Amino acid sequence: MKPAPFDYFTPATLDEALALLAEHGADAKPLAGGQSLIPAMNFRLARPAALVDLNRVGELSYIRSERDGRGGGATAIGAMTRQRAVERSELVARAAPLLAEAMPSIAHPQIRNRGTVGGSIAHADPSAELPAVMLALEARFRARSATGERSVPASEFFKGLLETALQPGELLVEIAVPPLLPRSGTAFLELARRHGDYALVGVAAVVTLDARGRCTAARITFLSVGDGPVLATEAGKTLAGQALSEELLRAAADAAATRDVDPPSDIHASAAYRRQLVAVLTRRALARAFERAEGNPS
Amino acid sequence: MRRSEDARLLTGRALFVDDVRLDGMLHVAFLRSQHAHARLTSVDASAARGRPGVVAVYTAADLGDYWRPGPLLVPPPPIAGLVFNPCTQVPLAKDKVRHVGEAVAMVVAESRYLAEDALDDIVVEAEPLPAVVDLEAALAPGTPRVHEHLPSNLAAHAVQRKGDYARAKARAHAIIKRRFRYDRGASAAIENRAVAAHWDQRAEELTVWDTTQAPIPIRNGLAQLLGLLESQVRVVAPYVGGGFGPKIMMFYPEEVLVPWAAMRLGRPVKWTEDRQENFFATTQERGQIHDAELAVAKDGTVLGVKDVFLHDTGAYDPYGLTVPINSQCTLLGPYDIPSYESEFTAVFTNKTIVTPVRGAGRQHGVFVIERLLDFAARELGIDRAEIRRRNLLRPDQFPFNNDILFQDSAPLTYDSGDYEPALDAALKAIDYGRFVREEQPRLRAAGRHVGIGVVCYVEGTGIGPYEGARVTVEPSGRVRLATGVGTQGQGHFTVFAQIVAEVLGVDAGEVHVVTGDTREFHWGTGTFASRGAVVAGSACHAAAVAVRAKVLDLASRELEAAAADLVLDGGRVHVRGDPGGGLALGALALKANPLRGAVRPGTEPGLEATAYFGPDRGSTANGVHAMVVEVDPETAQVEIKRYVVVHDCGRVINPMIVEGQIHGGVAHGIGNAFYEQLVYDEEGQLLNASFMDYLLPTATDVPNVETTHRETPSPLNPVGAKGVGEAGAIPTGALFAQAVEDALADTGVEIREIPLSPNRLFELMQEAR
Amino acid sequence: MDPHANVEVTVNGVRHRRAVEPRLLLSDFLRHELGLTGTHVGCEHGVCGACTVLLDGDAVRSCLMFAVQADGHDVTTVEGLSDGSGETLHPLQAAFREAHGLQCGFCTPGVLMTLVPFLREHPDPDERQIREALSGNLCRCTGYQNIVAAVRLACGAPSSPRA
Ligand SMILES: Cc1cc2nc3c(=O)[nH]c(=O)nc-3n(C[C@H](O)[C@H](O)[C@H](O)COP(=O)(O)OP(=O)(O)OC[C@H]3O[C@@H](n4cnc5c(N)ncnc54)[C@H](O)[C@@H]3O)c2cc1C
Ligand code: FES
Ligand code: FES
Repeated sequence: MKPAPFDYFTPATLDEALALLAEHGADAKPLAGGQSLIPAMNFRLARPAALVDLNRVGELSYIRSERDGRGGGATAIGAMTRQRAVERSELVARAAPLLAEAMPSIAHPQIRNRGTVGGSIAHADPSAELPAVMLALEARFRARSATGERSVPASEFFKGLLETALQPGELLVEIAVPPLLPRSGTAFLELARRHGDYALVGVAAVVTLDARGRCTAARITFLSVGDGPVLATEAGKTLAGQALSEELLRAAADAAATRDVDPPSDIHASAAYRRQLVAVLTRRALARAFERAEGNPS
Repeated sequence: MRRSEDARLLTGRALFVDDVRLDGMLHVAFLRSQHAHARLTSVDASAARGRPGVVAVYTAADLGDYWRPGPLLVPPPPIAGLVFNPCTQVPLAKDKVRHVGEAVAMVVAESRYLAEDALDDIVVEAEPLPAVVDLEAALAPGTPRVHEHLPSNLAAHAVQRKGDYARAKARAHAIIKRRFRYDRGASAAIENRAVAAHWDQRAEELTVWDTTQAPIPIRNGLAQLLGLLESQVRVVAPYVGGGFGPKIMMFYPEEVLVPWAAMRLGRPVKWTEDRQENFFATTQERGQIHDAELAVAKDGTVLGVKDVFLHDTGAYDPYGLTVPINSQCTLLGPYDIPSYESEFTAVFTNKTIVTPVRGAGRQHGVFVIERLLDFAARELGIDRAEIRRRNLLRPDQFPFNNDILFQDSAPLTYDSGDYEPALDAALKAIDYGRFVREEQPRLRAAGRHVGIGVVCYVEGTGIGPYEGARVTVEPSGRVRLATGVGTQGQGHFTVFAQIVAEVLGVDAGEVHVVTGDTREFHWGTGTFASRGAVVAGSACHAAAVAVRAKVLDLASRELEAAAADLVLDGGRVHVRGDPGGGLALGALALKANPLRGAVRPGTEPGLEATAYFGPDRGSTANGVHAMVVEVDPETAQVEIKRYVVVHDCGRVINPMIVEGQIHGGVAHGIGNAFYEQLVYDEEGQLLNASFMDYLLPTATDVPNVETTHRETPSPLNPVGAKGVGEAGAIPTGALFAQAVEDALADTGVEIREIPLSPNRLFELMQEAR
Repeated sequence: MDPHANVEVTVNGVRHRRAVEPRLLLSDFLRHELGLTGTHVGCEHGVCGACTVLLDGDAVRSCLMFAVQADGHDVTTVEGLSDGSGETLHPLQAAFREAHGLQCGFCTPGVLMTLVPFLREHPDPDERQIREALSGNLCRCTGYQNIVAAVRLACGAPSSPRA
């Protein structure tokens, strides 16, 4: 289990990195935390001819609050920010509690010390937490190449199994998480075989209530139930205009399990079991999100 | 009592095989079969040989006369009517590959990285054959054969009988009949296997470092195979990072090929298995299917058991029938079962070879009998603990002969035991009565799904043939102890030191132990069947006793006192009542080895003795495990609330080490019960050959184990010990099944298989609806 | 292009300079280039934790880093925990010996390197926290119970609540 040989580059700036990627084309891969790429290389499942190591590109590592003039800006996270830094960020805890809640579910501290936010999103593993969380939060992804820059909403970024809207030569450089609306509550729940494993099923929920406690918006997303993160539109519709009740939660859970997802079977879980988990976790996560929304009047 | 080996291990200074680094060392990678079953038409390594950094590439054709199937490591016991077809593994596959991962070619290069690069250059042409995967289908007529010279995939067939089961059945109030399955798992020691070899041309000596549990047999076998004197071969099993059974084989192909290549190339050669290889090339265990029935009287008295089972032996069967015979023998448990009819068929499949893994087939037997008792209890309306109590052997029945043959070819005889108090202790520790009467009904009323389980087991341990030890008192006063049994974490160093220290009246810290190095000691068999402490420990004891006699003899002359009046204490010999006087052991050692002058005729120099111990038969440890679980029926997640172990492994030399063995065994058992399963598809491909997908339990998955020791000393050895290495893992599957089933009593789920998983539990609940 | 790259790294306080292939894993570099064989390798895909070392004080998997990536960084291995001779144990090592927190000892270096930064941040952890912190390190021998006990001992807490 030793990686095949490759050419290795250590750009110090983003521009250098982009130039190297442009020069080496499809043979080159960016190396972020390496926590997905290096295992794949050790198994020789991945054999990139060249690696452009982003670890010395300091400008890609930050967490900051963008000012939008109205007091509640987006939280901007540089692609090379370590997952551990996000987990520990007070800004993230305040501005994006859903993200903060999900972080400890990603692997183990030893992995999160290296793994990056951008790497996880660019890798787009359907069982990864961050893609589903970002989809629930309606994050925007800034992508850059030697020739230009564009911004892609999460809903258009994940294209399929380990596939994203990123083009060859393009790097994900920043993730912008918009602020939550007032009276919003979020919850993240997952079930994994062991602590730190990729989940059998996970759910991220964001609900926003009106002053009378009725749901004005709900975004529920799942991981590990498809080729990428899955947005539960039917479950969302069930909630629209409704106040919290046990029946409502069951209806939403039922909609999610029967209409929103078409989960795969694998050695760890059958499709039927995954559906069951979708229903249970949806109900539990929504209950929590509603409760938190009610406690978040501002 | 701290372990003497720990300081080195904790500071990173202990030598493991992969740590061996010699000048000019070469590294090995193996090309392994991608097919479970295929005819090899050609293996072309020419391109690989030409790659820079590659020193040699060997295929079966290059081995010449050295290409030989391995020896039959464990010949089966002489069971009447036994059919046994030995087909042992080969160093490199020649005409056919029989499981995924079977070695096809060996690359030797300047680094492991380069060796792996060269694997891609080897061109293999193979005609895939249908794979034999399913145990039952394997015996169906027309099924492709793993070994074509045999008429079918039958590896062995054996029937053992005790009493008259047909009569028992006719008299029974009820017959409880079920089918049970146990599936495969990996031993998954955290250290993979490794072999390093160095041929010293000038000294004409071969040194082999090997992660083996049996260095001496490996040395003897290698000498024979390579045409060397045994004394020319030194095998060292240094620190070994966990054994659990599969590190005892003879031979793994790599164990033969690496030394052979080192001699041929005149350079040191090392191969270290990686985790992926480990999933294919290191032996595994546990696939069995049992059709069993229990004949039981109305009051729960067991009248007899009949069990017919299939055992998956994998592609080859070098380890004979140890595993299925253990299953067969362990089924009888601590119970007085007057009639027993047990028939098994071992089957070749296109999967990795099966040899003992911690428990070695015993868990299957325990699973079958314990589950049958649970179902009987339910049907007869008897409490689960009570039905067990009614059938336990009484203390006055020992030694108890079960009338069938054990794996060591001796009749299955329990040497000693006291079973009912162990059951009572477990019930008390887990508060069984209160749980069943008060807590469970209360929690159930609140909608919680809690369950309790209690299972009993016996374990035949400490079998022969023999082990030896040499004890030497050095002039420094320190004591050297050498024995052939290696250690893979069981703390043998410490236990052996304690045994010797006690006999010689020295501090255990003064006993320097060397194990697992054939240069230091070269008679013995190895660490298996929980026998280290029992057999080698007894040999250490015997050698120490012999040295003690020499000490007393010499000291009585030197001190002019009767031996009976002498005391060994604090590293000195003195006359009773005169602790200040006497002689230090070191001084005596010097006197025992004079440089000038005359010695008395018949005197051996030095304070040294070698002794051997071979038990007539194994000693029988026993125990009771109990557990409380809570299940979330919505998600099928199981939480272990409490885990209690009462065990009796005879005299306990070091309670800390014994408890550690139990903790590890229970964790392994929980892994087998709920996390670990090797999943093969119908092509014989292993679907989860990584630690990402093969789930070893972690710290958050295993409970604290509450242990109670009971000591019924074995009369079969001077130490009074019985083995403990496997005990924790043996009853766990049965216990887990019982407790989970109890928690889910309202769903009607019946558990007849291990391993479970949340997914499987969910399916069972769906089926029960 | 020269297949070798320079790496200059401080390991346990000692500066080392080597020219290595970029694909050389940090674990192999430590073990086979520097001879620091206390860092063990059990899976090379990030799961077992045996290879855990400290990179600038944080626990990381050395099997999931290339040696060249450590250029200019500070690495601590198990050999760096006690004094050079290995005579005086780090308090955590001493607690492991006292509480029988190791059997074969193969997982132990990785476990220790995981726990050192954990205990720095959580000087008084409860059992749940300890077990979660350990969940990224596989041990096949101990069942973890005495590892937990060793951590509690190192924190000055009485060992296990039960057992
Ligand atoms: C034992 C273990 C358990 C794990 N468990 C989980 C888990 O439970 N949940 C989970 O989500 N993850 C898990 N992971 C994966 C971990 O979170 C990874 O860190 C993450 O998926 C990838 O991030 P990285 O920074 O390491 O990226 P890398 O491994 O360096 O890169 C991953 C891929 O993304 C590309 N890439 C990286 N950065 C960029 C960029 N900025 N722009 C474009 N492409 C880029 C790379 O070329 C590569 O193809 C686990 C990993 C391990 C080893
Ligand atoms: S060897 Fe690095 S985590 Fe297993
Ligand atoms: S002590 Fe052997 S793996 Fe942990």
